[in-house]
Amino acid sequence: MRVGLVLSEVGQGLRRNVSMVVSIILVTFISLTFVGAAILLQQQINQMKGYWYDRAQVAVYLCTQYDEGGNCNSVEATPEQKANIEQQLKSAVLAPLIKRYDFEDHDAGYARYQQQFSSSESSGFVTPDFIPETFWVSLKDPSQSDAIVERLSGVAGVEEVFDQRKYLQPIFDALNAASYTAIGIAGLMLIAAVLLIATTIRLSAFSRRRELGIMRLVGASNRFIQTPFVLEGVVAALIGSVLASGAIVAIVHFFVQGYLNATPSATPFVDLGDAFIVVPILIMGGICLAALSAAVAIRRYLRV
Amino acid sequence: MIRFDQVTKLYAGNNRPALNSVTLEILRGEFVFLVGASGSGKSSFLRLVLKEENPSKGQIHVLGQNLGKLTSRKVPYFRRNLGVVFQDFRLLPQKSVFDNVAFSLQVIGKSKGFIQEAVPDVLKMVGLAGKSGRLPHELSGGEQQRVAIARAIVNKPAILLADEPTGNLDPSTSAGIMTLLERISGGGTTVLMATHDAGIVDQMKRRVIELVSGQIVRDERQGGYQTQALPVQRQAPPPTETGLGAQR
Repeated sequence: MRVGLVLSEVGQGLRRNVSMVVSIILVTFISLTFVGAAILLQQQINQMKGYWYDRAQVAVYLCTQYDEGGNCNSVEATPEQKANIEQQLKSAVLAPLIKRYDFEDHDAGYARYQQQFSSSESSGFVTPDFIPETFWVSLKDPSQSDAIVERLSGVAGVEEVFDQRKYLQPIFDALNAASYTAIGIAGLMLIAAVLLIATTIRLSAFSRRRELGIMRLVGASNRFIQTPFVLEGVVAALIGSVLASGAIVAIVHFFVQGYLNATPSATPFVDLGDAFIVVPILIMGGICLAALSAAVAIRRYLRV
Repeated sequence: MIRFDQVTKLYAGNNRPALNSVTLEILRGEFVFLVGASGSGKSSFLRLVLKEENPSKGQIHVLGQNLGKLTSRKVPYFRRNLGVVFQDFRLLPQKSVFDNVAFSLQVIGKSKGFIQEAVPDVLKMVGLAGKSGRLPHELSGGEQQRVAIARAIVNKPAILLADEPTGNLDPSTSAGIMTLLERISGGGTTVLMATHDAGIVDQMKRRVIELVSGQIVRDERQGGYQTQALPVQRQAPPPTETGLGAQR
């Protein structure tokens, strides 16, 4: 009986304020899509970090006879210097940080160079002595690279110690900026959504003020008076958040999986599994937001 | 039933109290007229009984409850024991007579079966048995007020508050409404009626409480609109203060 009455009140309210309800749906739809996109971007960043940082190594480039920078002075690194560097890598200070290291001589480096830059014009002029001998160091924790860089940069025979993670940083910076922008836009839109819901509920209450007055007079409980209005906001926001969830799933399915994944690249992308983690967040977020703002908006009409 | 102890009501921005140290008691089953000029505090009195307002000073007990200690969560349940009727009827224009009365039961969670039984009963009692399908604008003023009364008493309240219920009605229709209120009172309901209608008060010969500028100047058993006996004077205000500025 009461449930039926409450639901019919909700239906009446939604019908009476169609245009406002549509605008709530659109604003929550857009704002929650941005929220979802921001979450996906963060997931993407984490996934890429996990993937690349596992593979990123610290390269200890040794001097060649053509190098003037570092500690080189155009002298090829001597076998004693190499032994010293290897000694350092095995030392009690660095060994605990290192998962493994490999030594790459001129020929192996040249072969890799040929493979990677086969199409480049310069590959014809380069000879193996141009390619520095290198210690490739894999770290247990990639963020600890500074210790290696500091320790080995000044050692004789070392041209440069380079953390490959530095190549990735600009990409992560760009993705982070995109995700913060999305969060910022989402925040502004969510404020608009909250205010819109509150205004709509007030309008709805105003158009039903006679009923509300009589309800209070005859002793309808606050919860009974409040529920239809809260539900009204929740229904509108729910539709918006379901649309936003659909948009997020569609973006991942058609754009990320269908388009980005089709282009050849080694980068792993977010998949539908990640999108389905976002969906309940968006729906719960939309419902809570609407319920809260509607409950606050209607409070004035409940004062006894 | 209703007890006021030294109740003063001040509204913000107005130095003159709407009610000034009012003390009175109304017993179960009494029929009481509250008379006085506009702004003398009649409506404030009724609003205080309903706990739509809180007194600035003093204590109010209604139906054994100290209203000052009633939490706002419990106010709706308290009001289910009171019925209220207004001068302007306050019916819902899109709802039929039946639905207007049923609405007040629906919103306090009464069952469909109870509503189907109680509403026709009460409509019969107020003399609208054949008109339950009508909309309010299809009824005369007197009939609309009967619907409002039916709505107020359908839940069998212990107290019926009526704020100038005959204010919009002609004398013969008013007489019909008064007969109805008398019948309700006869059923054991305490009726408290604020009114300007001298004819009705004089004819009914019931308890009359007269307010002037927020103070009780007369509380008379079987009184008239204007007193025939020596009034119970309690610091009556100077008679020079009249006009809108002095009211409330």
